[in-house]
Amino acid sequence: MKPILKIENLSFAYEKQTVLENINLSVNPKDFLAIIGPNGGGKSTLLKLILGINKIQSGSIKIEGKNSTLCLNDIGYVPQNTNINTDFPIKVIEVVLMGHTKEKKSLWGYSKNELQKASQSLAKVGMEKYKNSKIGSLSGGQRQRVMIARALFTNPKIVLFDEPTSSIDVKGQKDIYRLLKNLSKDVTVIVVSHDISIVLEYATKVAYINQTLVMHNLENSKTMFDTNNKHFCEVELLSLLQNNPQKSCSC
Amino acid sequence: MLDALSYGFIQNALLAGTLLSICAGIIGSLIVVNRMVFLAGGIAHTSYGGIGMAIYFGIPVFLGASLFAVGAALLLASISLKHKNQMDTFIGLVWAVGMAIGVIFVDLTPGYNVDLMSYLFGSILAVSHEDLYFISILLVIILLVVILRYRDILAVSYDSEYAALRGVNVKFFHALTLVLSALTVVVSIKIVGLILVIALLTIPVYIAEKLSSSLAGMMFLSSVFSLLFTLSGLYLSYAYNLTSGASIILVAAFFLVIFSAIASLRQQ
Repeated sequence: MKPILKIENLSFAYEKQTVLENINLSVNPKDFLAIIGPNGGGKSTLLKLILGINKIQSGSIKIEGKNSTLCLNDIGYVPQNTNINTDFPIKVIEVVLMGHTKEKKSLWGYSKNELQKASQSLAKVGMEKYKNSKIGSLSGGQRQRVMIARALFTNPKIVLFDEPTSSIDVKGQKDIYRLLKNLSKDVTVIVVSHDISIVLEYATKVAYINQTLVMHNLENSKTMFDTNNKHFCEVELLSLLQNNPQKSCSC
Repeated sequence: MLDALSYGFIQNALLAGTLLSICAGIIGSLIVVNRMVFLAGGIAHTSYGGIGMAIYFGIPVFLGASLFAVGAALLLASISLKHKNQMDTFIGLVWAVGMAIGVIFVDLTPGYNVDLMSYLFGSILAVSHEDLYFISILLVIILLVVILRYRDILAVSYDSEYAALRGVNVKFFHALTLVLSALTVVVSIKIVGLILVIALLTIPVYIAEKLSSSLAGMMFLSSVFSLLFTLSGLYLSYAYNLTSGASIILVAAFFLVIFSAIASLRQQ
């Protein structure tokens, strides 16, 4: 299968501090990839490099063979839920319309086509009936669904999630992950998370990043993680990855 | 009161109050949603430096204050992007230095006899035709920018990091918002004065924010409230011979208390 995302020989350093070293990764269409690892291990840096927030120093990131920074419409992004002003006077549908890229965007007002696309994005996350609600009136889980709808606005091929459930209660977290699992039938889902136990319940592949990258296909080892003990999961996973490392894996 | 409307200076005051209310409603909304009230306060007080220099060099006060305030806005915009965590320190610094420059230049002005109080508390009844042209031009610029780039302004104000990812020039719109704020502050100084300018840019906006579900609606409601408070304050100022700027702000504060009380009762 032709990979949708291909990272080759990627290295990155902040000044003299190496954060990522010779990362090679291929992700296939409709994969559900979980990127885990310790704080400072390079997870968020990798996302920023894919999104073009950080400039690539060496190596390459391609989406269907094209430089990732030229594929804004193909990448959806759901940032960590921080620093958003919940008092901001804005309707749900307006937030979703912000998913529009600079190209082809009208300067004032929204076209019928844009409004229709925004409604469709909201329908995908079960939030269409809230489209005219003020964003601040929604719960944390509902707001996160709206952010996912915003990421889906351009019909991306890949959606990146940075700690998608960081400020949501346990039940809400499972709802969000079930939604992501459902979305992965149509798009490639890449989730950065430190919440290993819940991520492993839904992901099909896992990449462990701590400066270098170790990859594992979870489909044959799911039962190993049927536990809510996060520490157990991490120990088991690390052991698995160390015993059977698949560096430069094409999953 | 009706006979007062026949006076030219009252007509100018009403027109200036109306134009300024629309400017303050729009720019105040941007200042509040972007959490830049302290920043706007810094720019307002820094413009005092421009007033002092304008008096010393004999150039129009509006021009001096505008140039100084826009310079301060661009400086703070640049600092806020590079040193976000130390922003309040830099605002305090620019605020104090700007005012100190103003005071020193006023001290150095030979035979200085301009009433400084007029810049502290405003003098809407002394608005000239030139002032009206200046406010009109500013309002046209603000309306054009907001109408033509509303979606970008909304995106940058709500989530600047995401807007940058979607290709919006966040630095440009951040600087543009601050420059328009600086110019609105300078215009407002003439009407409500240096000390009270921030109140006009925030009290009507605070009430409007609670009642609006869109930024455009907030801008409209803020403008309407600003106009209501300005005209009511002007009436009180004329009827009871009070300082106009302080009257406008106290009317706004009175409505804020009433609004908060009603909102609190409704919540219960």
